[in-house]
Amino acid sequence: MQIDVRKVANLARIRLTDDEASALGPQLNHILAYVDSLQQLDTRNVMPTAHPHDAAMPLRADIAANSNRREALQAPAPATDSGLYVVPKVIE
Amino acid sequence: MPFTPLHAWKQRLDTGALTAVDVAKLYLERIARFNDRLNAFVHLDAEHVLAQAAASDTHRAKHGPRPLEGLPIAVKDIFCTQDGPTQCCSRILKGFHAPYDAHVITLLKQAGAVLVGKTNMDEFAMGSSNETSAFGPARNPWNEACTPGGSSGGSATAVAAALAPAALGTDTGGSIRQPAALTGTVGMKPTYGRVSRRGIIAFASSLDQAGPMAGCVRDAAMVAAAISGHDPMDATSVADAPAVDWLGACDTTDMQGLRIGRPKEYFVDGMHAGVQEAIDAALAQCERLGATIVDISLPHTEYAVAAYYVIAPSEASANLARYDGVRFGHRNTDPGDLFDLYTRSRDEGFGAEVKRRILTGTFALSSGYYDAYYKKAQQVRTLIRQDFLDAFGQVDVIATPTSPMPAFRLGEKTDDPLTMYLSDIFTIALNLAGLPGMSQPCGFADGLPVGLQWIAPAWREDVLLSAAAAFEAATDWHSRQPETYR
Repeated sequence: MQIDVRKVANLARIRLTDDEASALGPQLNHILAYVDSLQQLDTRNVMPTAHPHDAAMPLRADIAANSNRREALQAPAPATDSGLYVVPKVIE
Repeated sequence: MPFTPLHAWKQRLDTGALTAVDVAKLYLERIARFNDRLNAFVHLDAEHVLAQAAASDTHRAKHGPRPLEGLPIAVKDIFCTQDGPTQCCSRILKGFHAPYDAHVITLLKQAGAVLVGKTNMDEFAMGSSNETSAFGPARNPWNEACTPGGSSGGSATAVAAALAPAALGTDTGGSIRQPAALTGTVGMKPTYGRVSRRGIIAFASSLDQAGPMAGCVRDAAMVAAAISGHDPMDATSVADAPAVDWLGACDTTDMQGLRIGRPKEYFVDGMHAGVQEAIDAALAQCERLGATIVDISLPHTEYAVAAYYVIAPSEASANLARYDGVRFGHRNTDPGDLFDLYTRSRDEGFGAEVKRRILTGTFALSSGYYDAYYKKAQQVRTLIRQDFLDAFGQVDVIATPTSPMPAFRLGEKTDDPLTMYLSDIFTIALNLAGLPGMSQPCGFADGLPVGLQWIAPAWREDVLLSAAAAFEAATDWHSRQPETYR
């Protein structure tokens, strides 16, 4: 198995310089070759573990709360306007 | 004086022998004197520290002391704090100020603690040597050419050099225990779900857990007691977790009747001979204290690192999707379009190791590979959990080396990512199983500290603390101090 670094970087929304891509390719394939040791194990009929204690997702009480802190939460944003996040134009 | 344990400071403060401001000043002076060499702290606001200490003294005078009243605690840069920046030692969070405190920060404040600075760490906690930090590595007080380990390297260094009596770290695959081992300090990763993850910058959500780093077992227990408990705002915080008598467990002085498992898979060829010797001597000491050593097997151990390096990067790739240059963090200044804004902001903001992990995880979760990698790794995770469940049918607690080698030199393992990954070979399995684990100093190899790791069944941190407290009472490894910093 060989990773197509450019394709995966595109999925991950990371632009890579040519230097980065040529360094990362062999490294990722090396890591992948190592984790491929998992394929040696027979895991038929083994349930996957997502949460270490198989805990059920808890539900909180259905009580209304006002947690509108828009200004504080938007304070770290690079660009906002009238409570909205500003990004480059997406519609022509 | 600077190496005074947290519990002894508490006593002196409670008797009125000195004030929280006195204690804060002492550590601020230490930090001012030594931090340039050690790079343990990446942010410090001395005035703010003194203000907290003064407020604590006022609170004590008016209402009496809370559990951690006036005690300085250093905080890893991964915990969101409203005061000062929270940057996760990444360029992508340069200058980020969190709009709220992590739940554990709130709990520490409520307990009266004085929060001291932000400590150095690997970028987004991804690393085992603190070398991926955007602020450069912290250095090991026992040998400044060596790494303190990682990712909680700054917290470990701060405690080991007595720049703070205790610190908070986080542990996803060993990030509390491995640096504790490499710096001769005590570090505990609680059971997954014991401590709230809210406001802790997420790396791998099914593995991350915060915990204490300190100079001795009782100090670690004091901090653990303060930060534990159900948080209804964190869906992974367990509501009906069995309670633990954190401090009571630290009174244990013997190991009568204790069955200690010695897993053969953790005593492997290629382990540093000095580490092997120290661990053998430690287990002999445990026998003298009344414990029985039982040879056990955890047969799927050799697959733990591989499973971890699928699961942790997969979860990281999802968690780190939020750094997009829109809502917070670094933003490229000249994007052509929205896609360009995302990809260039992320390229500029993330360091090489973080990119490697995001890409590994993105690949493992991508269409056509999910079953072969992520699902497979989760199935192997079940087998690893089952190994531990079977072992705890025979023994009360498991003892292993924390790390196969003492502190390694800065730069020694940076060329090959996989070599670095394998340095966590003994710490990763218990994160996969969600179990509590602890490292305590148990000797030296090549003049550098060696860590003894304890692993207990889920929710039995008291078993860890009892065993570690008994070992500590019979030995003096925890009171050794690096000469330069005495």
